[in-house]
Amino acid sequence: MTRMQRSARAAAVALFLLIVFVVIPLAIYETHRTDLYYTLSSVALLAIASGGVWLTFYIGRINIGQGAYALAGGYVSAVLVSTYGLSFWLSLPIAGLFCALISVLIGLPILRLRGVYFSMVTLVLTEVARLSALALPVTNGAKGITSIPMPGAIGLLGLTIVPAFDSFAEPNAAFYFLSVTMMTLTFAALWRLVNSRVGHLFAALRQNEALASSMGVNVPLLRVLAYAISSFLGGIGGAIFVAIAQSIYPSSFTVNDSVNFMLNCFLGGLSYVFGPMLGTLVLYFGWDLLFQTGQYQLLIYSGVMILLIVALPNGLLSLRWPSRKAP
Amino acid sequence: MTAPILEVRDLTKRFGGLTAVNEVSFDVEPNAILSIIGPNGAGKSTIFKLISSFEKPTRGEVRFNGEVISGLAPHIVARKGVVRTFQETTIFKGMTARDSVIVAHHLRSRASLAGFYVGSAAARRDEQAFGRSADEILDFLGLGAVKNELASNLPQGHLRALGIAIGLAADPKVLLLDEPFAGMNVDETNRAVEMVWAVRDRGVTCLLVEHDMPAVMKISDRIVVINFGVKIAEGTPAEIRSNDKVIEAYLGVEDESIGL
Repeated sequence: MTRMQRSARAAAVALFLLIVFVVIPLAIYETHRTDLYYTLSSVALLAIASGGVWLTFYIGRINIGQGAYALAGGYVSAVLVSTYGLSFWLSLPIAGLFCALISVLIGLPILRLRGVYFSMVTLVLTEVARLSALALPVTNGAKGITSIPMPGAIGLLGLTIVPAFDSFAEPNAAFYFLSVTMMTLTFAALWRLVNSRVGHLFAALRQNEALASSMGVNVPLLRVLAYAISSFLGGIGGAIFVAIAQSIYPSSFTVNDSVNFMLNCFLGGLSYVFGPMLGTLVLYFGWDLLFQTGQYQLLIYSGVMILLIVALPNGLLSLRWPSRKAP
Repeated sequence: MTAPILEVRDLTKRFGGLTAVNEVSFDVEPNAILSIIGPNGAGKSTIFKLISSFEKPTRGEVRFNGEVISGLAPHIVARKGVVRTFQETTIFKGMTARDSVIVAHHLRSRASLAGFYVGSAAARRDEQAFGRSADEILDFLGLGAVKNELASNLPQGHLRALGIAIGLAADPKVLLLDEPFAGMNVDETNRAVEMVWAVRDRGVTCLLVEHDMPAVMKISDRIVVINFGVKIAEGTPAEIRSNDKVIEAYLGVEDESIGL
């Protein structure tokens, strides 16, 4: 990589951080549109879950089951916080790891499937998760879990690093910073992943699993690794979402959400790490903007989606960087 | 006589009621070139998949340096040193030739996956070594000039060579070549034959499944003839050429095709 590319990249990262952490909060402060904190937090969290789906795309699997892991992660955090009084901050990694663990158990058999067969099974997973949430005693059935306490303070050696969220005048601002920080970390980690040898092996898997195993790559292990990372991100996204909403129901994440996670990846571009981030933003606000059109909302939305996919099969990001391809 | 590097013993594979391979046994000497020939549907490719463990045998076994390898996962067999190549359509289409060969160095990596993720010193050393080795292999197989081309843009002859390059990157003791001369004209075949000889001279034992009779006769130290899943003959090219059973059962009257 040349020096110019390096500095261009550093500038892009700095600009991104400036917009997300300074410009947007200032603009919201000036315009008193504090509702945007909630909206943008949602976008950031959906982008985290979509980033996970993107990684399963990267190994050549179309994953329409991320809603299941978002729901599972949400419930794990909700139960730990409200029933067992655990700190939200501890429940967050536990929710992610729980999802990663069950995704290993589920992934080992189903990742042998390809194409539409894998997609169908993952689609069913979301519904299985919803029905489990209705049936299991620990989830409180259709009534869900409500009035979940907000995240408490994080202290180290008597020093408060993060104050309790309910001590803020505007807790949603705190959630905004939490969400976008997590999103930034997620995509930085994903970027590093696909640009490391691990990512090259994932790409090899997507292109030809038989050839990859002929050169000694443990294909089942890598497939499950990618799926576990994906589900971990789904769980993390779901858990923070539940903390913001302070409630969770079996219908908090449905098949619709699973499909949207996948569409976010398609729209942003499957060859670009940051595709799901852009895709989520555009899709989320695109849908909201079309609200004015009333009964034609879905028609226009679907029409535009079809046109976009026909015109830009490699996603929105292919507009700016037509020559940059994934390895 | 040296101990065989590969021993195939009573290898049998049934698909439902069909016996694709029936009690086939043969040995492969170290550093030899052995070809498996036979008419279409004779079971050559199945034997190939059984040796590289892409299929599990119904009965019988394959030993590599005395150790049973049949029934293991394919990536374990590759790790032990028995590596197969594919026909030219099986490549990483979206990668450059060089990137494909670098990725194929997987078995030589010392660093862990986590090490590669964080960019540890061992991982950086590995990456540099893989790059150098990939360049060496690509030059060796005459792909140096096209190494930064996307694999999907390469012509057939280069794709064959790339397939062999990917196989060599795994540092095999035994390389299984799947029809390396199929669809080539005489010139291309001659070049490919030279390539296989060069690979053998690197100390790699080569096993071929091939249709091209003149090339097989020219290149092989030994030939195993399969018909209807059964081994009907084995020997040097000269022995196979004059074997009545082979000529009658397999080659029929078309003697020209074996170079007579």
